[in-house]
Formats: sequence, structure tokens, C-alpha cells
Amino acid sequence: MAMIEKYANPNRFLRIARPLIPWIGGITLLCLGIGLYLALFVSPADYQQGESVRIIYVHVPAAWMAMFCYTSLVISAGVGLIWKHPVAEIAARETASIGAIFTFLALLTGSLWGKPMWGTWWVWDARLTSMLVLLFLYIGFMALNSAFDNAQRGAKASAILAMVGFINIPIIKFSVDWWNTLHQPASVIRMDGPSIHSSMLIPLLLMAVGYSFFYLWVLLIRMDSAITAGKIRTLRQRHAQA
Amino acid sequence: MKRKHKRLTFVFIAALLIAAAGTLMLTAFEENIVFFRSPSDIAENKVEEGRRIRLGGLVEDGSVQQASDGTVTFGVTDTAHTIKVSYLGILPDLFREGQGVVTEGKLLNGVFIAEEVLAKHDENYMPPEVSEALKDAGYWQGEEGEEETVQ
Repeated sequence: MAMIEKYANPNRFLRIARPLIPWIGGITLLCLGIGLYLALFVSPADYQQGESVRIIYVHVPAAWMAMFCYTSLVISAGVGLIWKHPVAEIAARETASIGAIFTFLALLTGSLWGKPMWGTWWVWDARLTSMLVLLFLYIGFMALNSAFDNAQRGAKASAILAMVGFINIPIIKFSVDWWNTLHQPASVIRMDGPSIHSSMLIPLLLMAVGYSFFYLWVLLIRMDSAITAGKIRTLRQRHAQA
Repeated sequence: MKRKHKRLTFVFIAALLIAAAGTLMLTAFEENIVFFRSPSDIAENKVEEGRRIRLGGLVEDGSVQQASDGTVTFGVTDTAHTIKVSYLGILPDLFREGQGVVTEGKLLNGVFIAEEVLAKHDENYMPPEVSEALKDAGYWQGEEGEEETVQ
């Protein structure tokens, strides 16, 4: 708890975050570089899907990140709501747009994959629909967050929306187990171990690490600019009043 | 109680209520969220004729026949029951015997007249050499062993 309150100070947060940004950026580029090389040139074609299987290396990490970002959004927004934590509120707001992009990427690449493999761009099965709901939740969060003149009220209202929407995350994850869907069940995160060959699993995991560091990288840059923009606003107001 | 503890308790209780409400809703809607029916559902007369539904299962081995007018007929099976499907149109690349499919259409005199056929693939990914080696070694389970088909 003391830990949470300590980093509520934006200046203290920036002192730690700023030097980390170039390192995180370096790790991102390294992971995505090696990951893409392995995914596109080294990893084998699939026994059923042939070369089309390579979409997995952009699609699956994007879908994971869509759910991961939403989870961190809910945690940040919750901490912001309960502890009145300004840095957490900023983290939630800045996570939303990144998460929305990941969700859109997962839907788009899934659609491009669905056409050659399933024979359709889109079906209303439980997995695809719950993923579309996730995109709407992100958009709703962003809209509600900026709908108020008073930023505090916007943060509060959108935090509540985010928490209510969290019910969608287990629905997405288990939709393929609870109901029969066109989408196949999980291949990596499952009880009896991955059902994907190691020559494909390693590039996939590397891409997932790369995506995670990309999120962290963009998040810290965006939080830095959001905090700085806030400071400039305060200075201007003070200047105008003086 | 401090204000932040009050807020924490409120959020915690609200989360529990939402989870409960969500579970109840999903249980209530369970029948409607199902994307396709199995051949057993149809065989047990759970589906009325002429109603537009989706039928899912495996393409029965050796059942695919192409008529001269381009109509393809095949059996869709869940190992317990098999439904005959007739379809005129382009089949997806992954369509083959033993493969999972979801077809949309209507049941007419016991034959399922499909308007759309989608291929469903499983969650296994591996290079062709590995699948060959598995088959040779007799470890191959294929799609027949999938639990999704026996629901």
C-alpha cells in the first residue's frame, strides 16, 4: 500500500520511468526483429494450413495484448479510483488507446486469416463477438474518460465502466471451451501443455515478449507526455491568473 | 473506516455482484450462444425442419461425392450420428474428409441443404514432417479423437 502511494507523485514516477524508456525500446526492437525473422523465414509451414499459418505470429500476440492491456487498464483505473492516484489514472487513460489498437489488430489479422482458412471474413461466434465487444469497451472507456469538463469525474466514470466490462475478459478466454465456436480452442495457454510445435511456439512467444515490451515502451512515452502536458497546462493557468 | 477503505470495499462488493450477474446471464443465454448444432441434436429431433440453423461436425470419411451439376454431398458426423449434407458452391481450401466443418442451411426431408460451408481447423500446429512422423509412429489421433465433436 505504501508502495502504491509512493509512486502517486508524477515527478518521482518520471525520474524512474524516463531512463528506462530507451532500454525498453531496445528490447522491443530486438525481440520483434528476431521474432519476425524466425516467424517469416525460419519457422516451418503448417501441416494443414501451409504458409497461411504465419499470420499466427502477429494475430495471437495482438489478441493476448488486447486482453492483457484491458486487465492492466482495469487495475490502473481501480487503483486510481480507490487511492485517488493520479499516475494510475494517467496509466489507465494511456493504456486504453494502445489496447484498442491491439484489439483492432487482432480482429483485422483474424479476419485476414479467416478468409483463406475458414472461408469467411467474419462469423458471429462467441470468440469473435466477445472480442468485438472488447473493442467497444475500449472505445467506450476513452469516450467516457474525455466526456467531462472535470477530468476527475471522467476518470471516475470511466473506471467504473472499465471494471464492469472486465467480465468480458474471462468470457473471451473461455468462449471457445464453453460454447462450440468456429474459432478453435486455445493452443498455448491450456491445461495439458501447448499443442503447437516448438519450432512455431518459440517465435510466437518471442513475438509476444516483443509486443509486451512495445506496450510498455509506448505506455511510458505516452505517460511522460501526458504528465508533461499537464504541467504545462498548470503553468499556463497560473500565468494567466498572475 | 477511512474513505479509501470504503471505496475499496464498495469496488470489491460491486465486482462480486457483477460476476454473479454475468454468470447468471451467460447460463440463461447458453442455448443462444451456441454457434452450431451437432448431428446428434438433429437426429434427436431437437431441430425442426425448414428452420435456418448451423450444423457442425466432421466430414465423414469416404462420403464426399460430386454430382455433374457441381452439387457436393457429404456426411457430417459427430461419430454418434451422421447427417447428409448437400451443397452447391465453392468449398474452402481446408475442406476435406475427416476435417471439421460448420455449414449453414436448412433441413429438408432429412437432408441438410447447406448455403454456406466453413472449414473448422483444430488447435494443433506443427510442421508437415512432424505430422507424418506421428502418423508413422501410430501416435496420430487425428480429428476423430477431438472432444469438440462428441458433445
